[in-house]
Amino acid sequence: MSDQAHDAVGDYRFGFHDPENSTIRFDKGLSEQVVRDISALKDEPKWMTDLRVKAYKHFMERPMPDWGNCDSLNEINFDNITYFLRSSDATENDWSDVPDDIKNTFNRLGIPEAEQKWLGGVTAQYESEAVYHSIREDLEEQGVLFLDMDSGLKKFPDIVKKYFGTVIPHTDNKFSALNTAVWSGGSFIYVPKGVHVEMPVQAYFRINAKNMGQFERTLIIADEDSSIHYVEGCTAPTYSTDSLHSAVVELIAMKGAKIRYSTIQNWSANVFNLVTKRGVAHEKATIEWVDGNIGSKLTMKYPAVLLKGEGAHAEVISVAYAGKGQHQDAGAKVHHLAPNTTSNILSKSISKNGGRSSYRGMLQVTPKSHGCRSKVVCDALMLDSDSRSDTYPTMEVGNPTADLEHEASVSKVSGDQLFYLMSRGFTEAEAMGLIVNGFFEPFTRELPMEYAVELNKLLELEMEGSIG
Amino acid sequence: MAKVSEILRIENLHVSVEGTAIIKGLSLTINQGEIHVIMGRNGAGKSTLASVIMGHPAYEITEGEIHYLSQPLEQLSVFERARAGMFLSFQYPVVIPGVQVGTFLKKSVQSVRDEPIKGRAFRKELNDAMSTLDMDKTVLSRYVNDGFSGGEKKRLEILQMLMLNPKLALLDETDSGLDIDALRIVAKGINQVVPQAGCLIITHYQRLLDHVKPDYVHVMIDGQILLTGGPELAHKLEDKGYDWIDVTPEA
Repeated sequence: MSDQAHDAVGDYRFGFHDPENSTIRFDKGLSEQVVRDISALKDEPKWMTDLRVKAYKHFMERPMPDWGNCDSLNEINFDNITYFLRSSDATENDWSDVPDDIKNTFNRLGIPEAEQKWLGGVTAQYESEAVYHSIREDLEEQGVLFLDMDSGLKKFPDIVKKYFGTVIPHTDNKFSALNTAVWSGGSFIYVPKGVHVEMPVQAYFRINAKNMGQFERTLIIADEDSSIHYVEGCTAPTYSTDSLHSAVVELIAMKGAKIRYSTIQNWSANVFNLVTKRGVAHEKATIEWVDGNIGSKLTMKYPAVLLKGEGAHAEVISVAYAGKGQHQDAGAKVHHLAPNTTSNILSKSISKNGGRSSYRGMLQVTPKSHGCRSKVVCDALMLDSDSRSDTYPTMEVGNPTADLEHEASVSKVSGDQLFYLMSRGFTEAEAMGLIVNGFFEPFTRELPMEYAVELNKLLELEMEGSIG
Repeated sequence: MAKVSEILRIENLHVSVEGTAIIKGLSLTINQGEIHVIMGRNGAGKSTLASVIMGHPAYEITEGEIHYLSQPLEQLSVFERARAGMFLSFQYPVVIPGVQVGTFLKKSVQSVRDEPIKGRAFRKELNDAMSTLDMDKTVLSRYVNDGFSGGEKKRLEILQMLMLNPKLALLDETDSGLDIDALRIVAKGINQVVPQAGCLIITHYQRLLDHVKPDYVHVMIDGQILLTGGPELAHKLEDKGYDWIDVTPEA
């Protein structure tokens, strides 16, 4: 790692990188031809090619958002990004067939081990495409579809065509347009009626190359009265130049279905992470976003739920950690579009060493949605006076029967807490680690245990060596 | 004759906070197995004394010295003092949201012990200590001091003391606000650590001393120890207050 890169990112554990052994690599920069080439390479149906081109045109016309962190957004040089990179010619279902350097990366990230222990299926994406994919036989037998998105489009074009872009159209925002134009990889999941996937399925996204753009596209459909827990993790090497991760995730929970989508985003601090995530919950369905943002340079991401059917429920639990040079602009959006829908939003953020975390929230209750309940809690913890935390909540309430609660707090670690913990034998860094882990506990306890342990370790490491 | 082992020796201690003198020439020696009680009015500097011994960064020692196990303490930070066997039971224990008591205790005990602690042995030790203090196991999954009553907080302080097994136990008004049963339990904890430790109890009340037998009772007034006696002194203070003590400082 260069000194410059080190200064920028500190001690990021997953900052290693492998040699770039790509089999296909597009030249940097974006054009209609690049978009068509990606589609041609993947041998896609015409409707998808057309959609990509339309989205590309929209992306070019659409101005940058004029909110969030505009200065940082304007640093993105779209001409200096590689939009497609294939590093393996096939998606394997046996780790031993995955090229050694890539396999080693995922070994270091602990993926094969986790798969054996507690996962129902795994997809591992390296750069633009999945290099490994597997699903437990029993799930397959029950008719659960879990594929990488490219294979999903090939094998189940009708389902994909029916739902793709219905929750997040390419015109939603500039980055959903970009994703629709150049998407590659991601997961495609369909859970049949009444099937409960008991073990979580996981996707792991890894960017290895410099100035890489990763644009995965995920579509999860849970049919009536089914349930699934999907977990994603992300890391990237530390470089002194920037990469871009711009995903689109669409969830559809049919009547009575439940989807939980958990993310631990730990990109290195040179990655722009601009992601659109949204789910539709039909009658009595539940969508839960459990969203952890630890890494990246700038994250702008607001997991959203459209409560479309009566009695649907949304749960968004998010945490953000903003260290030196990082801005986490995260939050949640819940739209109560039907009567008697309920939602809970819990957002917790920590800023340290000049980092900035923002909560940006939207809560909407439409005029016809009577009997809705929502609770929003935002807590911010500042670890020093150089850091920044801000809150931008928006509420649009069109129905007077809505029962809404909103609580917000900003706190600092007190000298009394530190003295107390240090008098029990903890160093200052250990004491900070304990306080920080405790602050995130309402989030951590929602994660599978393996993730919770890993997250706690990660935060403890973040606290070490940077106590002034 | 048993060898007397010195735990704490304070010589002519002067302490200020933000330029205001609070302790003004205090000397005190505590040996292993001894219980010292400090009584005095609010504002006499009693809690300051406990905090200074533990190393609170807000207090400045302007004169004098504190020796712990015959070594000067000055260079040691708070956590190093804890690891060297000092323990402070807080008057107002602090809430640590989201941190479970069980996790906290294990990490704390591990931080002061040299050898790695073993799961089963640790659990047994913890169970024993909790039954001594008549504590319910459900406390282990609660967050540290979060939503605890005054009595529960103090009991948790004593549980920590038993688990950390200190050489010097400083108890800052641990008895305040406790009912008689809780008081008896706290006393039981103190009596358990005393044989191998030196103990300094700061209190306003004589009633704890029905269950814990002090070797010395000191009266602290305006930053100094003005009078030292045995257990009978505590009774006298409880009856007569502090006004009868001559507050004219020695020349």
